[in-house]
Amino acid sequence: MKRLAFVLSRLGQTALVLLVVATMLFLIFRLMPGNPLVAYLDPTFTEDMERTLRAQFGLDKPLHVQYAFFLRNAVRGEFGNSFFTREPVDEVIWNVLPNTLLLTLCALLLAYAVGIAGGALLAARRGTWVEHLGIPAVLATRAAPEFWVGMLALAIFSFSLQWFPLGGATSPGSVFTSNWARVLSMDFLRHLALPALTLALYLQGLPTLLMRNSMLEVMDEDFITFARMRGLPERTVVLRHAARNALLPVVTAFALGIGYSIGGNVIIETVFSWPGLGRTLVRAVAAKDYPVAQAAFLMIAAVMIFMNFVADLFYSLLDPRVSYERR
Amino acid sequence: MSDAERALTLPPRWSRAASSWREAVGTLAVVARRDRFALAGIIIYVAFFAIALLAPVVAPHDPQELEYLPNGDVAANLPPSLAHPMGTTNLGRDIFSQLLYGSRAALMVGFVAALGVVILGTLVGLLAGYYGGWVDTVLMRLADVAFGVPFLPMAIVLVAFLGPSIWNVVLVMTLLLWRDTGRVIRAQVLSLRERSYVEAARVLGASHTRTMFVHIAPNVLPLSFLYGSLAIGWAILTEASISFLGFGDPNVISWGYMLQDAYNSQALARQAFHWFVPPGVCIMLAVMAGFFISRGYEELLFPRLRRR
Repeated sequence: MKRLAFVLSRLGQTALVLLVVATMLFLIFRLMPGNPLVAYLDPTFTEDMERTLRAQFGLDKPLHVQYAFFLRNAVRGEFGNSFFTREPVDEVIWNVLPNTLLLTLCALLLAYAVGIAGGALLAARRGTWVEHLGIPAVLATRAAPEFWVGMLALAIFSFSLQWFPLGGATSPGSVFTSNWARVLSMDFLRHLALPALTLALYLQGLPTLLMRNSMLEVMDEDFITFARMRGLPERTVVLRHAARNALLPVVTAFALGIGYSIGGNVIIETVFSWPGLGRTLVRAVAAKDYPVAQAAFLMIAAVMIFMNFVADLFYSLLDPRVSYERR
Repeated sequence: MSDAERALTLPPRWSRAASSWREAVGTLAVVARRDRFALAGIIIYVAFFAIALLAPVVAPHDPQELEYLPNGDVAANLPPSLAHPMGTTNLGRDIFSQLLYGSRAALMVGFVAALGVVILGTLVGLLAGYYGGWVDTVLMRLADVAFGVPFLPMAIVLVAFLGPSIWNVVLVMTLLLWRDTGRVIRAQVLSLRERSYVEAARVLGASHTRTMFVHIAPNVLPLSFLYGSLAIGWAILTEASISFLGFGDPNVISWGYMLQDAYNSQALARQAFHWFVPPGVCIMLAVMAGFFISRGYEELLFPRLRRR
C-alpha cells in the first residue's frame, strides 16, 4: 500500500511539473515579440484578410480562452498546422520522433556499456597511469562541445575520407516500403553511425565518472574488506562484489539520461542534419513556426519528465533503503 | 527532491572545509595547493583573462574588419600565414584576432552566470533548508519544475523570446542552472541547522538572518563553489551551443559564433581545419578548467574520493 501511495504521489507531482512547463511554454510563445502571421504576409495582404486569419487561428480571443484551448488540444495531441508547410503538427512530430529515439537509444547503450567498463577500470586502477591519463581524457570528452566534435567527424570521415554520408537519415531519392524497412536498411545505419558515435563519445563521460566514484565508495565498505579477508581473488572482489553494488546510481542515471539527452540532441541533430525532434524545434523557433515549436518542445519535455519519474521508481525498487515516506 | 537525482549528485558523507566566510573564500587557495589539476584550471583562467584584457593590443587585426590583398581583392579563405596566423574567413576576416576577442564573450558569460548560479542557488538552499515548512515546499517545487525543463531547448526558446543579446544568455543560464546548487545546499543546511553550535547561536540571541548568513552559510559555501566552478563550464558550453545554433548575439564574436560561421560557410568541405579547430580547442580548455577546479573542491569536500 505504501508503495502504491508513493507511486501515485510521484505521478501527481510529475503531472503537475508537466502542466507548469506547458503553461510557461504557452505564455512565452504568446508574449513573444513579432507577428505570428508573418509567414502569410505578402503585399496583397489586406487588413481584412489578417483579421480573418487571426480569427481562424483563435488569436483574437482573450489569453485565458486561448490557454484553455491550448490545454485541451495538447491533451488530445492536436497542435494545429504548421504556419509554413501547413502540415498537421502531430504528423510532423510523429515523423521525426522515431529518428530521435533511435539515435538517443543507440548512443546511450553504447555510452553506458563503455562507461561502466571504463569506470570500473578507473576505480580498480586508482593511483596508476591509467587514472592519470584516463580522468583528464574523460573530462576532455565532456568539455568538448558536441557540435564541434561532430564538425571534426564530418570534416574527417565524411568530407575527406568519404566513409560516411554528409548528413540526413537516408540518401536522397531512396524509397522504402515501410518505416521498419527504412530503419533496418544499410543506408539508414550508415547515416546513423556518425551522429550516434559522436553523441556516445559525449554521453560516456557521465556513466564513466559515476561508476568510478560509486566503485570507490563501495570498495571502502566493510563487505569488500570481508571478501578480501576470505581470500577471494581481487578480480572476483572487484567484478562480483564491488561492481554489482556500484551499478545502482549508474542504472538510475541511464533512465535520467534518456530524458536529458533527448533535450540535448538538439545540437547533434542540427550538425548532422538528422531529421529529429531537436532539429525540428530549432528550425521552428528560428522561423517563428509557433505550432511546431510548441509541440516539439512539449514532446521533449514530456519524455524528459516521464523518464525522471521512471528513474525515481527504478531507484526506489532497486535500493531498499529508500523509504516511501515524503520528506 | 527526487531520490534518483540526489543519488547522482553527491556522496553522502562530506567534510566541511570552512566555518567562516574568510575560510570559505580561502578554500580556493587550499584547493590550488592540494590539487595539481585545480591549479592548472586556475592558471588556464588567468591566461584567458590576460588574453581577454589584452585582446585589442595583441590582436593583429580588427576581428570584424574585412581584409584586402595588395591587388584590392578581398583576402578570403587564406591559409595560415605570418600576416594571418590562422588564415582568414570566407569573408576575409582574420581568424586569429577573432579567436582572441572570443575569449571575452566566453569568460564574461561563464563567470557572470556562475556567480548568478552560486548566489541564487545558495540563497534558495539556505532559505528552504533553514525555514522548512511552506518556504521549503514552494522553493523545492520550483526546483522540480526547473529540473523538468529541457535545458538547451528552453535556453533557445527563452533567448529567442528575450532577444539575442549576451546578457539574456547569462540571465537564462542563471535561471536554469541554480537548481542543482539549490538542492544540494538545502540538503546540507537541513542537517547543519540541527547542530548544537547553531542552537547555541540562537540561544545567545542571534537573529535568523545572522544565524543563516554568519553561522550556516560559510559551511556550505565551498559546496556552492564546487557547483559554481562546474557552472562556469556549462555556461561557456551553452553559450557556444546557442551561438552555434544561430540564436546568439550577432554583434559579439564568440567561439560558438566562429564555429557557426565556419559550419555555414562550407569550411568543412574546404577542409579549413585552421578555421574551426582553434575555437573548439579554446572552448574545451575553458570548460576543462572549470571541471578541474570543481574536481579539486570535490576531493577537498569528499575525502573518500581522495587518493589513499
